[in-house]
Amino acid sequence: MISLAGRDIAHSWGKFALTGLGLGLLIGVTLTMAGVYRGMVDDAHALLDNSRADLWVVQKDTQGPYAESSSLKDDVVHSVRGMPGIAAAANVTYFTMQVRGQDGNESRAMVVGMESGNPGEPGFLLAGRQLTRSHYEAVADVKTGFALGERIRIRRHDYTVVGLTQRMVSSGGDPMVFLSLKDAQEAQFLKDNDAIVSERTRTAANPAFNRPGVPGLLDAVQALQTSSHNVNAILVQLAPGLDPDMAAEPIRRWKHLQVFTRAGMEDILVAKLIATAARQIFMFLVILALVSAAIVAFIIYTMTLGKIREIAVLKLIGTRNITIASMILQQALGLGLIGFLVGKVAATLWAPVFPKYVLLLTQDAVTGLAATAVICALASTLAIRVALQVDPGEAIG
Amino acid sequence: MKPLPAAPPVARGILIEGLRKVYGQGDTAVQALKNVNMQVHPGEVVGLVGPSGSGKSTLLKCLGAIIEPTSGRMQLGSELIYDQGWTVRDLRALRRDRIGFVFQAPYLIPFLNVTDNVALLPMLTGLPNTQARARAMELLTALDVAHRAGARPSQLSGGEQQRVSIARALANHPPVILADEPTAPLDSERALAVVRILHRMAHQAQTAIIVVTHDEKIIPTFKRIYHIRDGQTHEEAGQGVPLD
Repeated sequence: MISLAGRDIAHSWGKFALTGLGLGLLIGVTLTMAGVYRGMVDDAHALLDNSRADLWVVQKDTQGPYAESSSLKDDVVHSVRGMPGIAAAANVTYFTMQVRGQDGNESRAMVVGMESGNPGEPGFLLAGRQLTRSHYEAVADVKTGFALGERIRIRRHDYTVVGLTQRMVSSGGDPMVFLSLKDAQEAQFLKDNDAIVSERTRTAANPAFNRPGVPGLLDAVQALQTSSHNVNAILVQLAPGLDPDMAAEPIRRWKHLQVFTRAGMEDILVAKLIATAARQIFMFLVILALVSAAIVAFIIYTMTLGKIREIAVLKLIGTRNITIASMILQQALGLGLIGFLVGKVAATLWAPVFPKYVLLLTQDAVTGLAATAVICALASTLAIRVALQVDPGEAIG
Repeated sequence: MKPLPAAPPVARGILIEGLRKVYGQGDTAVQALKNVNMQVHPGEVVGLVGPSGSGKSTLLKCLGAIIEPTSGRMQLGSELIYDQGWTVRDLRALRRDRIGFVFQAPYLIPFLNVTDNVALLPMLTGLPNTQARARAMELLTALDVAHRAGARPSQLSGGEQQRVSIARALANHPPVILADEPTAPLDSERALAVVRILHRMAHQAQTAIIVVTHDEKIIPTFKRIYHIRDGQTHEEAGQGVPLD
């Protein structure tokens, strides 16, 4: 038996191709939406992987440093290093800002303050070198668009890009710029010159700090105000084979700090931080699926209405209902397949152009193909119902 | 034109006795067919003529097993197919295997080429594609349209389309062919050519052909004509004007 659906598609290929193109673009958007979600999850995992930490020590009662603000004194790291089973521990600061390049171009980036050779330092470089000087050097992710040797401005100071790295992004997908911890602390916590002068004046006017009988108090207070010893978190690497939960517990108990293991941090980033965005994307996917189903149903229904006479003839000459239903179902599935192929190609082509990372997984594509087939099959039921109700007598008139 | 390939030895002809068809019930009932009696012998082509609303379409639908008569008897060859109710269970298979249809417009399937339009019927009976196509080619050759075998219906002239439609009607060797105004869209020359083909096919395949028509050009070609008025048939001798 010949494939009636295949012959009809071959006969009206232009109509099918154009319809498939339209449907394909819709499916492409659907796949891209799924890719955006996957990209967000991957960004979160990349952030955790790139930090090369087993534990994140943050301010008590916070879920920092990525989901909430967290502030610790930078000397806490010394006591953490002294805890049993700790192989390495290092302070880090994180803050997101607009970083300006030398030709005025701006890039939104997460500025990371880290200690060279410790957790938090980028694991590999595409070009250049790691930070070797204490000040005014930076390592930037290639996505920032900055080049090696470029002078970038962060707050009051200029920094030279000495290294380039890749896939070092925040949980929001912003590329990272690495500075030395001191530079980052200054950039994050210190105020500009005018604010410092104003603060000094305000402090000097406060009789509690400017006491004639206590020489040096005002200077000490003002010095304290113009220096920062805060960090956002301490990244900890454990000795090999040590259970992270067991290592975290004494830090929580004795240092009165919040400690997250890798699993806990993943839970914060994936289940909490991007949960709303994930629900938003899921809603989009549901709506796009409904729109796709409506389009396929409408098109197949219209095409079937255009073939009522042929269907009547087919029924009159003894074609079984299942053959006619199968023809319509196959056409719907064919349309879905064309749409899916167009959508997959379109999504693959436009995904790299998106500003944030779009991760197209084969697993999602397979799921998308299955969903498309189910949607098309369901959408064809209306047309099949109409076709099966056609009276063969219509061929006679 | 070449002769038709030999048809399998099945019973031919059609016999109709006291056929009635009533639409609706009670006060709204309409008696479309009151007392239809017809007999068409194997190899015979008869005309069925009558004014609009006389019951031609209803009779054709009853004969074609599309609608169920209210009462009467119908016999295809030696098989009784209706006797106060259908005696065959699968009407779809009955239409496919034992009745050929030729319509006013050819109604060929536009997305199949000429060969497959004809081969579709044997394929529906389960005949392998190659054998079905071979059968189609024999018929197309007999009807002198084999040279258009690969063309789409839209690429054929009206006369060619009607010949393909006749080939399709003959594809399963049916004992009876119902032709509904087969010459209506054709000019005189082509209309007579189609009737000539119907006569020849009826003779060669020993098929009984009933031609419903208003066409004054072709009515004189029938040897027997059934007039249908107010749901009743009256047999008349036709002129039987030779076509050759």
